[in-house]
Amino acid sequence: MAARVVLVAAVVLASFAATVSAVAAPSPSDLEAEFVCPTCKTTLDQSDSPIARRMKQVIRNSLAEGKTEAQIRDQLVAQFGPAVVAEPPKKGFDLLAWLVPLGILAAGAVGVGAIAWGWRRRRADEPPPAPLDPALERRLDAELERFDG
Amino acid sequence: MSSDPRPGRVQRVAQLAALIGVAALLGLLIWKVAFGRTTGAADELAEGKLVHAPAFTLDRLDRDGQLGVGDLKGKAVVVNFWASWCVPCRDEAPVLQKTYERYRDQGLVVLGVDVNDFRQDARRFMKRYGLTYPVVYDGKGSTVGKWGVRGFPETFFVDRTGKLVGERIEGAVDIERNRDAFQRGVALALGNTS
Repeated sequence: MAARVVLVAAVVLASFAATVSAVAAPSPSDLEAEFVCPTCKTTLDQSDSPIARRMKQVIRNSLAEGKTEAQIRDQLVAQFGPAVVAEPPKKGFDLLAWLVPLGILAAGAVGVGAIAWGWRRRRADEPPPAPLDPALERRLDAELERFDG
Repeated sequence: MSSDPRPGRVQRVAQLAALIGVAALLGLLIWKVAFGRTTGAADELAEGKLVHAPAFTLDRLDRDGQLGVGDLKGKAVVVNFWASWCVPCRDEAPVLQKTYERYRDQGLVVLGVDVNDFRQDARRFMKRYGLTYPVVYDGKGSTVGKWGVRGFPETFFVDRTGKLVGERIEGAVDIERNRDAFQRGVALALGNTS
């Protein structure tokens, strides 16, 4: 029984370690989607320009040397500037690029909610329709009966 | 019997906000069309305007320190935008080096601007082609817009007063269609126009 528990624990630990290492070491294609070709302004995975091909080669070599994603990012930013990263950084002025669309979405949701609430309240405040004139109602019933056959 | 056709307060505020948003976007579009057009020096030169060489100061690749076209006042300057991955740049490199050696004593400097490139690749290129003229590094491509560079290589000529002269050469300077323009540009930069 104890041996079985140890075996299960070992399998769980091994799969956890594999998951962690997979997260720590991105694939070249993952990174190629994170950086922009400085001449054509598309991500590296979308570009076949000479500099994009060279950057892909540098990324592959750096991964083979065991460099982390952060180290590779620093290396490319040092050469080509911060615009080489496809996503704007989540700090400083660039944080606005993330917050402004979210703010617009939130404001839109609040606006739609407020309009819907206003409409609903206005409808609830409306007085019930006035009763039909008895003569008109009788005539309408007769017409409907004739229509139904 | 009929409901009140006047819009509610919330609806009025929403309509006003939408109107302001549309007006702001329209204003932005008009501003961009009217004032946002950025013409590089090359376009102005092609229109026949008197253009001063756009300023820059960048790290040197041939030695420590920084250099810009503004530091070369009093010299005739051939500004060559290139990159190590650019195939025609390899073809023209010996011509630029030879031009530098031939006219250096008359006060001509070839200034290479290595753009969108890895520093180590650029240095390897300079060593391979035996370049001894000054080369600065512009990995971010910060000079491209100001100068109006459309591709690589491109070459400009700056006279001793810092003005652009001749015509912008797109492509390698050694190919047939560019050879005359290159020689004319060098002569104009040196002031040898007789």
